Amino acid sequence: MVSLTFFREFTMDISANPARPSLVGRLRAAVEVKPLNLKPYEKSWLGYVYLAPGLLIYLVFIFIPILNTFRLSFHNWTGFTEPVFNGLDNYIELAGNQRFWSALFNNFFFVIFFTIIPILIGLFITSLLTRTHISGLTAYRVGLFIPQVMSTVAVGIIWRWMLNPRFGPLNVMLRSIGLEALARPWLGDFTWAPYAVGAIGAWVGYGFTMVLFVAGVQSINPELYDVARVFGANPWQEFRYVTLPGLRRQIVVAFVIRFIAAMRIFDLVYVTTEGGPGGITRVVSYELWQNAFQVNKAGYAAAMAVVLTTIILLVSFITLRIQARLAYDED
Amino acid sequence: MNTAAKPSILPRNLSTHIILSLFLLAAVMPLIGTLLTSFKDPTDLAASPFALPREWHFENYEKAWSQARFGDYFVNSIVVVVAVVGISVFLTVLSGYAMGLLKFRGKALINIMILVGLMVPFEAVIIPLWGLMRDLKLYNTIWSLILPQVALSFSFGTFWMQAYFKGVPGDIVDAAVIDGCTSWSMLWRVLFPMAQPSILSMVVLLFIWTWNEFLLVLVMIQKDSLRTLPVGLASLQGRFSTDLSLVAAATVIVTVPTLIVYFIFQRQFISGMISGALRG
Repeated sequence: MVSLTFFREFTMDISANPARPSLVGRLRAAVEVKPLNLKPYEKSWLGYVYLAPGLLIYLVFIFIPILNTFRLSFHNWTGFTEPVFNGLDNYIELAGNQRFWSALFNNFFFVIFFTIIPILIGLFITSLLTRTHISGLTAYRVGLFIPQVMSTVAVGIIWRWMLNPRFGPLNVMLRSIGLEALARPWLGDFTWAPYAVGAIGAWVGYGFTMVLFVAGVQSINPELYDVARVFGANPWQEFRYVTLPGLRRQIVVAFVIRFIAAMRIFDLVYVTTEGGPGGITRVVSYELWQNAFQVNKAGYAAAMAVVLTTIILLVSFITLRIQARLAYDED
Repeated sequence: MNTAAKPSILPRNLSTHIILSLFLLAAVMPLIGTLLTSFKDPTDLAASPFALPREWHFENYEKAWSQARFGDYFVNSIVVVVAVVGISVFLTVLSGYAMGLLKFRGKALINIMILVGLMVPFEAVIIPLWGLMRDLKLYNTIWSLILPQVALSFSFGTFWMQAYFKGVPGDIVDAAVIDGCTSWSMLWRVLFPMAQPSILSMVVLLFIWTWNEFLLVLVMIQKDSLRTLPVGLASLQGRFSTDLSLVAAATVIVTVPTLIVYFIFQRQFISGMISGALRG
């Protein structure tokens, strides 16, 4: 992904500069910069010394555990006894387990709320802001971003209150306007609980996408909007042909980040529904936590972690590749 | 021109303001309602959720702070966050400097190894980490919270600081070398002071992420006296879910420190989140 970022910057660099210096000139500049990096103080072992303390902690507490998760996923391990190799048994059990599939399905269902809806809201708001100058934008931004700083546990508890059957504002409002029949214990309702959890995810997400997109729009060349107007583009065409292509990178990034958030839901389900009622809001991370730490099936849970990681990496990678491809085609 | 344009522009701006305000309201109303609830007593709850309390009951906070041990959780959270952020800044200034300005073999490989920590979800770490902490006799101690979060921060911070050090103008490095600076003194006397804005953004991000960490604390800590605020809040919710005002007061205690940091450093936080996201 590092090389990808570099590639992107490189291509953007070219497109940003209309003069387009010759390739030879660019290469020469690159070569000329090089000797500057070779400083007399640079003894090669010094780099290792500076890296060592942090890298050691990182290797012990993150990197090696990741490798061990992979290893343990092929073992029968209670978390307390010696792990016993059992080949693909954990994965076979996973593939045949209805609970796991329903949890995975729910994660993908939550992508609609955690990912798609915030992106749509963000684009809608951004489209309003491209044609007009809005005063006090900073104040809006600061307020809209607040859910990003809050602990997810706090968010979940605040929404438990919002959706409280008796005292929650939603039901109180429904009753006061005579829609008593619609009031229900949202988070405990067999039909509505997934939508209620999803709505909380959308609430957390839209501030992020809005701020990301609005910042992105500011880096779109204003001349493009002028040109669009000269050609008599209506607001939709302006959005479709100027704003949307200009925000492609932000949209892709928002998708990847919010997709990962949807795949990793844990805290929110833990405090709002605990996977209930009847398992309809069960998610993979919650299953994983229960199996590893409640019922001593740590090896099986490790297989779940491997599957989850694979899905996250695969989708992120494919999305970023598509975006790089599109950027490349355009140049 | 001006007078002709005004009437047509004003309504459009106004409708944009209205739409923005609605979304803003939706973002902050749940918080305001929780704040109001935290000052109410049970009889007052039945009234309108957003009405001001008839009497302001500060007892809910007293009860949360001492009886429900949120005072202890608060101290734990502060200790963990200060340790994690302090150690991480020191380590990532060093590693970012090495990765950004120094030349050595295997840098690309190390970069990829560190990148793994940024891309792989923490769920793929926590299970063996739990076993490791028990083997090291660190399970159920504050170190089982500090060390993994330092390690997590290390991968983010190394990329963050590396990007900064790569952007340092070569002239400054040259001048420092000519002045006879060793690499160590150049780092701390010249580059570190210059890096303050970049470090500040990182500190704000790490503060908030560490403060809000949940899964790690849930798994590593059994002793109630060692819990941090988010896990304390989740367990309070489990035990006292009917005492809405107490839970609301506890929620406010958990949230206010992050909000204060956010309001002071909102520019750093927002731009940090956005540039961090785009860089990924």
